[in-house]
Amino acid sequence: MNRERLHAMVRKEFVQMFRDPATLRLVLLVPLMQMLIFGYAIRTDVRNLPTVAFDQSRTQESRELVQRLTATGNFVLRSHAESYEDAIHEVDAGRARAAFVIPESYARDLKRGRPAAVQVLVDASDPSSSASAIGAAQMVGQQLNVEIVQRRTGTDMASRLPVDVRVRPLYNPSLRSAVFVVPGIIGMILSNILILLTAMSLVRERETGTLEQLIVTPLARSEIMLGKIAPYVLVGYVQMTTVLIAGHLIFAVPMRGPLLALYAVTFLFITANLGMGLFISTLGRTQAAVTQSAIFILLPNVLLSGFMFPREAMPPLAQAMGALLPLTYYLQIVRGILLKGVGMAELWPQALALAFFAVAFFTFSTQRFHKTLE
Amino acid sequence: MTTPVVQVASLVKRFGDFAAVDDVSFDIERGEIFGILGPNGSGKTTTIRMLCGLMSPTSGTATVAGADIARDPDRVKSRIGYMSQSFGLYRDLTVDENLEFYAGVYELGARKTERIAWGKREMRLEEIGPRLAGVLSGGQRQRLALACAMMHAPEVVFLDEPTAGVDPAARRLFWTIIRERAADGVTMIVTTHYMDEAERFDRLVFLSRGRRMALGTPAEVKAQFGSHLSLEDIFVQLQEKES
Repeated sequence: MNRERLHAMVRKEFVQMFRDPATLRLVLLVPLMQMLIFGYAIRTDVRNLPTVAFDQSRTQESRELVQRLTATGNFVLRSHAESYEDAIHEVDAGRARAAFVIPESYARDLKRGRPAAVQVLVDASDPSSSASAIGAAQMVGQQLNVEIVQRRTGTDMASRLPVDVRVRPLYNPSLRSAVFVVPGIIGMILSNILILLTAMSLVRERETGTLEQLIVTPLARSEIMLGKIAPYVLVGYVQMTTVLIAGHLIFAVPMRGPLLALYAVTFLFITANLGMGLFISTLGRTQAAVTQSAIFILLPNVLLSGFMFPREAMPPLAQAMGALLPLTYYLQIVRGILLKGVGMAELWPQALALAFFAVAFFTFSTQRFHKTLE
Repeated sequence: MTTPVVQVASLVKRFGDFAAVDDVSFDIERGEIFGILGPNGSGKTTTIRMLCGLMSPTSGTATVAGADIARDPDRVKSRIGYMSQSFGLYRDLTVDENLEFYAGVYELGARKTERIAWGKREMRLEEIGPRLAGVLSGGQRQRLALACAMMHAPEVVFLDEPTAGVDPAARRLFWTIIRERAADGVTMIVTTHYMDEAERFDRLVFLSRGRRMALGTPAEVKAQFGSHLSLEDIFVQLQEKES
């Protein structure tokens, strides 16, 4: 490894990067855009389902029930239906995602102490968005039961319930999706953009014939490779810092744990991704071919790493595939440090996994890259 | 008589059963303009690649500028310049930036400024330093590529089809520059398809199907195949024999 030669490579790479508006956009604007889009748009806590009410009872009791249901924030009353068919039709047509059906006998049954049946219909075609609405409706029912029985018997029911489960949400008590999603974006952007950038920059040299000129010089293969990817380590840190600061300012994402440790572990993560980019660059001879191969890593990255969908819910095969992605471990680290405020004492197994991937991917890809030069 | 700067002895390169280069021998003297000619698939490129230290021979030996191509390819690389057939420089860098990059690659250190100035002067690039390589004319690109390939003052320079797609005036200027460099004692090894250019070589080797068909000055080669034929006719004959 020769300093002057390596320096020439790195310098050239930076000049090219700053000269290419497309690369600069990818490096600086895409992370911000993705953060804004994902931060605002990904809501697993779906609220405000448009709701139609078919209230046949039309009493103070039935109005109170509707009011309590909408007060959960899960339902917004949009219209009143004149018949059951009307209500169903509103849901079928997509104008409403939930319907309250209250029978004519509702208030009467309550007064006489007979069970009063109420129907809450929820459009559950998207399970994740309907789950919280269903839970909220059941909760309202239970609370009402307790209160009504209490009024009838005159005793303090709540203190006499045998089991009292109290849930306290940790780390993200207001359950805001952005707090969970934005730290993940750091990992996803670092991974996907770095893989693409390295793969593209290497295959471009091959495609335009400049690599042919390089290998006839005293440049060692390792110098060509290191010189080409070293600038992307810096790119990775710039992107990470950008999203970290913007996420903190815009979405109030906390930074509870040791940031220095995060930056240190990120180096392992970046190295692992550069190794993958290098590997992908050896899969094709043109930028178009390499972009297609890249999808095979970028897609699992988004879907199987736990970035979007919880890994706990995945079948064993999908979980096993996710365990082969560095992003899976990095997400646990970045969320652990930012949200839970834990440090390396808790996260060393994930860091160890990243170190393993960094060394393994890098060694393997370097050898493959060297072979393709011959 | 001085030692030849390139010595090729019974060089063979096989890919499986196919012999791309089959028992080829020739010597090249210092400061010669030497041509490697032959139809496509005749083994020109494979020969050049071996002589540049990019590929090791199956058998036979060759030394280039005092370095053995099989045992010491890294030394070969630091003593030769290579100009590839396709423009191998960075189009998104300026002329000056390309020169500086290659000055770094060849570890010129303190000699950097002086060598870049030399390259721009000798290759007639002085006016266009700040221009992007991508917007240069064919002739300018070719001279820039030669300047980069000669940045480290190599003893031997390989030029693979250097004048393909360049207009006649630029071709003439390029040949002037090649003769100037050869006069300085640099050995210029050139492959070309242009037969009128073959007449400009001091000596040349004709390859066909990996075998040496002729070797010598243009006059000697013509004599060998019957002096009434031009080099172009000889080339066409060889190509027809091939198919």
